[in-house]
Amino acid sequence: MPWARRMLVEERRWLSDEEFSEALSLCQVLPGPNIVNMAVCVGTRFRGARGAIAAFMGLMCAPFAIILVLGALFTHYGDLPAISAAFRGISAAAAGLVVAMGLKMASSRRMRSPMALFAVAAFAGVALLRMPLGWFLLIAAPISVAAAAWRSR
Amino acid sequence: MSGALAQLAIDFSLLSLITVGGVITVLPEMHRNVVEVHGWMSGAEFAQLFALAQASPGPNILVVSLIGWKVAGLAGAVVATGAVCAPSSILTYIVSSIWQRFRGNRWRELIEDGLVPLTVGLMLAGGYLITLAADHSALAFVITAAAAGTVLATRIHPLWLLAAGGMLGLAGWV
Repeated sequence: MPWARRMLVEERRWLSDEEFSEALSLCQVLPGPNIVNMAVCVGTRFRGARGAIAAFMGLMCAPFAIILVLGALFTHYGDLPAISAAFRGISAAAAGLVVAMGLKMASSRRMRSPMALFAVAAFAGVALLRMPLGWFLLIAAPISVAAAAWRSR
Repeated sequence: MSGALAQLAIDFSLLSLITVGGVITVLPEMHRNVVEVHGWMSGAEFAQLFALAQASPGPNILVVSLIGWKVAGLAGAVVATGAVCAPSSILTYIVSSIWQRFRGNRWRELIEDGLVPLTVGLMLAGGYLITLAADHSALAFVITAAAAGTVLATRIHPLWLLAAGGMLGLAGWV
């Protein structure tokens, strides 16, 4: 996302800083991967449906091809002791990146005390109780948004 | 085979509509489906595919392509990737066509206020589950903790941390 911002705002100047933040906050509210939503949103804005498809393809095609090549290499050579040993280390570090991302977001201003309880509930429900995410969100999202609305009266 | 394709299409299009934020928030659900419900792969394999997606350029959501590919080859990769993107993209297309009406909308702010805490909890759940899936030795946990700490404390590019993890693994320490 930082790269997307640099490209859209600083290099191509397709969006102003403010337009970028506004589009981003819309894409964060909508379901789906944010970066994909962002591509669709910006594409739609400039060239309608065809723009959305072009932006989506531009975002996904090359990385899709690259990842399949890596995946193929990994299946062929993944069983070699050296590769699987390296991957044990890589996946341990990759897990750390995920943990860090969660901790970073936890310092958001939207986590001020009572609302943070919803983060605790989400962790407990999904990580510990292993609730299906769809059901959890169906119940928790309306309650959480209602709580936010009630607090902002 | 086509049964697996259909299952991928169903699972991932549902996932598309319950993704709040990025792929990390649906990591636990993906893990639940792929490892626990369908038994398509072990937890360790799941963690490795996710690591591969993080090391590769492009959106992390492409881990879905790897899962599809592992389950049903190239067709699986295309179906899973299309399924995880299509429903949410169509919704985004519709909403952004009329987005002017949503400008400065008070509801959008409130929805975000409500969703961010859930997103944080889900991301931490994703971190917790992927750590359990990836780490099978004490040193692996140390690497996970060190990588997390380094990301929080410095501005180093994450690829260096993955490379360092790979070196430690190669050295036979993990």
